[in-house]
Amino acid sequence: MTQLGKRKLEKLERLAELSAINAGERGESLWREAFKRLRRNPTAIIGAGILLLFILIAIIGPFFVPYDEKDTHWIGQVSARDNIIPGPSAQHWLGIDHNGRDEFSRMIVGAQNTLFVGVVATAIGLIFGCLLGGLSGAAFGLGGKRGRQLDNVLMRFVDMLLAMPSLLLAVSIVTILGPSLPTVIIAVGVIVIPTFARLLRGSMIAQASAEYVVAATSLGVSRRKIALTHILPNSAAPVIVQATLTLATAIIEVAGLSFLGLGNPDPSVPEWGTMLNDALQVFEFAPRLAVFPALGIIITALGFTLLGEAMREALDPKLRK
Amino acid sequence: MSLLDVQELSVVFTQRGREDVKAVDGVSFRVGAGEIVGVVGESGCGKSVTALALMGLLPEKGVVVKGRAEFDGMDLLALDQRTMRDLRGRELGMIFQDPLSSLNPVVPIGKQVTEVLTRHRGMANDVATKEAELLLDRVGIPDPRRRLKEYPHQLSGGMRQRALIAMAVACKPRVLIADEPTTALDVTIQAQILELLKELVHEDGTALIMITHDLGVVAGLCDTINVLYAGKVVESAPRKPLFATPNHPYTRGLLGSIPRLDSVRGEPLNPIPGSVRDLLPWAEGCAFAPRCERVIETCIEATPELLGGPHKYRCVNPVLGQSAGPEHLLEQE
Amino acid sequence: MFRFVVRRLLQLIPVLLGLSLLLFVWLHRLPGGPETALLGERGTPETRAMVRKQLGLDQPILVQYGRFMKRMLTGDLGNSIDTKQPVMQEFLDRFPGTVELTITAMIFAIGIGIPLGYLAARRRASWLDNMSVAGSLVAVCVPIFFLGYLVKQLLAVNLGWFPPAGRQDVTISATHVTNFYVVDGILTGEWDAAWDAIMHLVLPGLTLASIPLAIIVRITRASVLEVLGEDYVRTARAKGLTERRIRGRHILRNAMLPIITVMGLLTGGLLSGAVLTETVFAFTGIGQFVRQSISNLDYPVLMGFIMIIALIYVLVNLVVDVSYGLIDPRVRVR
Repeated sequence: MTQLGKRKLEKLERLAELSAINAGERGESLWREAFKRLRRNPTAIIGAGILLLFILIAIIGPFFVPYDEKDTHWIGQVSARDNIIPGPSAQHWLGIDHNGRDEFSRMIVGAQNTLFVGVVATAIGLIFGCLLGGLSGAAFGLGGKRGRQLDNVLMRFVDMLLAMPSLLLAVSIVTILGPSLPTVIIAVGVIVIPTFARLLRGSMIAQASAEYVVAATSLGVSRRKIALTHILPNSAAPVIVQATLTLATAIIEVAGLSFLGLGNPDPSVPEWGTMLNDALQVFEFAPRLAVFPALGIIITALGFTLLGEAMREALDPKLRK
Repeated sequence: MSLLDVQELSVVFTQRGREDVKAVDGVSFRVGAGEIVGVVGESGCGKSVTALALMGLLPEKGVVVKGRAEFDGMDLLALDQRTMRDLRGRELGMIFQDPLSSLNPVVPIGKQVTEVLTRHRGMANDVATKEAELLLDRVGIPDPRRRLKEYPHQLSGGMRQRALIAMAVACKPRVLIADEPTTALDVTIQAQILELLKELVHEDGTALIMITHDLGVVAGLCDTINVLYAGKVVESAPRKPLFATPNHPYTRGLLGSIPRLDSVRGEPLNPIPGSVRDLLPWAEGCAFAPRCERVIETCIEATPELLGGPHKYRCVNPVLGQSAGPEHLLEQE
Repeated sequence: MFRFVVRRLLQLIPVLLGLSLLLFVWLHRLPGGPETALLGERGTPETRAMVRKQLGLDQPILVQYGRFMKRMLTGDLGNSIDTKQPVMQEFLDRFPGTVELTITAMIFAIGIGIPLGYLAARRRASWLDNMSVAGSLVAVCVPIFFLGYLVKQLLAVNLGWFPPAGRQDVTISATHVTNFYVVDGILTGEWDAAWDAIMHLVLPGLTLASIPLAIIVRITRASVLEVLGEDYVRTARAKGLTERRIRGRHILRNAMLPIITVMGLLTGGLLSGAVLTETVFAFTGIGQFVRQSISNLDYPVLMGFIMIIALIYVLVNLVVDVSYGLIDPRVRVR
């Protein structure tokens, strides 16, 4: 090899090292900085606080409930004719519901079921959405003409999902599959797929033309390796933010589906959405039965939203000054 | 007789939880009718803030402005917003750096010119439109009638800046401030814009304050030049003396660092060592001391005073009577 | 400009085709098969087999799809199992109600949202600003059907300020011409009927408006904040223009752009929200009928209504896209 050739090779190797370092560095310092900013943000603290409480209750709570949440033992105390439903007392901290069950136990177990439903629905949306979007974005950015065609087709499919208002799409899905808890989860999961797909695709396309990717490609690094080791980690941030925000809306959509009669047909299983819908029957004389699960939903959704918004601000490169 | 007399202007930015920033620290200069005064310095030296302070465009909260700016018997810095709003556009005009971002993207150019005319000269719309056409023509925009209906993104950079100049001079203001008007433009367009400004000033007898970091710009244009460093004037002189015999080491550094087309190949450039951030607070001595090659004991004892007659300098160890190289800049007439 | 519109329309076609395919599949996948759509859950095996033959379900799939598409394009969506009327007819009868409700909600959302968002941005970090931001965050987290019940209980049942349900008081004699009750009242000079219709729109309108209002406040605030920092606002100030002129021509005209984009998306939310809100207030629009069709297993209605709503949603987004071009001159060049 000539002297010039050797120097060129050294320069290229040095450049490759730099690209790798810079990309990695950029990823790490972004997270560290964001975390620092989050710690100072009061919204983030409130949101995180609410969520920690919620998750704690959801995971540990059910072990400590005073009664079985499905037990309609106390139905005798409820009188439909006189519109009497016993309120909070020493034995029943939140009173009894219109089916004779202990409201407090139902709320606690309900937290667990609500969290479960929200998480699984979001997970479905995230996994399939990211698969779709990631594939699409990678195809567009790295696949040349054929790749761009693939991206086009996949995005048309996403557009179809977006062509309907999301609640109505969920209604369609649940109707076809038959109302049950799993189908509700699937339906809500499906309606958020487009959001994640678009998000990841956009992120990947933006990065495909980033300098360090161009550098790595020209050095002969395989496209698959670039996608997996460079682009994907850097796209993680907006996806995590979106997942947090989606958790909030998922819980609310599930409640909406229950209200329309498409929720879990077994009313004994406590989930805040179904509990809320159920309680509306007796709203006039026992509004608290609707207020409790509604508050549960509102506060939890708020927690996720606050944290998600705070994270979005923290990770926004435009705000780094 | 000076039209605008700026005396000891100072601007301090305050923010909760952070130290106060003294962006402008006792700046004084005068501009007379038909005169062009340059305010020169690197970014962050306070020149733009000076301009915004004079125009009353600084935010109300978190900013403390002191000093006096005498114009027409009034102190501009003491006027309330309503009065300033009447003066701006009519008696005081300003041109900004980036013509694309300085123009409203969703309003046609013609409207952006006529709105100044209807506001300050009470013209009716059709009269204003005719006048706008004449103004666009005067600043050298070809086919002005068509341009009136066009949007900023449809014009070239040079034409946008001309349009902005038209808006600024529409009411023939007595004082015009130009904040880096050519920085965002190509070199050839730069020269045209500067020529245009010169013409307008001479025709209307406007007092022009030219703010820039580019000494090449001031050399061909300004009658007097003020060099700013870290918020204070460090040298102030008429054009010829400044370029012929710059006294302050910073000015010398600026002049000496300008690369020449005819310099020998391979010859190293002469940047001023360090950066604007390596500064001493003026209260403790000369702010330029950390970067100055002529620094002595006295430099870091107390704030140097601004001394001298028509050619002023703020230095205890100046270089007197010697050239710094680029007198060729004076050859641009 | 024209080419812009045409191009957008062409992009619509694959989406609509996909939708129709989805619905065709859905129709076939319904529990009980498409013959259920006609017979409901009843019917002996023989009747069902006969109906299947009648519906041409023994024909190849492609032929079925072709017939399906033909029916779609002629507006024949079958008949409601419940009322036996053509689905399209039921839709047209009820649509005006939902339109009035949606318009009312938009008036609330825009009429309150934009000024509030603007003021919040101008008075950054003030009490108003913080309350607006907090309020809009919370509002999005409240299920609107719960809000509807709350509002109904407090303002209609307890305080009696507004009627709790329906579109019009049965005791008022009202002539219906267009089925837009407010318009009808005005057209026929029956002012009490018009006023009554308006009163019936307030509570559901407010409920439906809650989420769009929150979103509009946030977007207006963010947009105005961004525009306030733009150089051209500084230029406008340097020209000495009046605050009013700066606000109208320079700030708002630029700040509106993201808001208009969002309108298209909001329509989807409004349409789904209408289903929930109309149910709470027994408001006889298409939303309430959708709810009914779910409990009645009235699949032709459910499917048909959703199809039409999706079409409307797509068209509204198209209109928003096009109007964006009208407002932002930079977009037109492409």
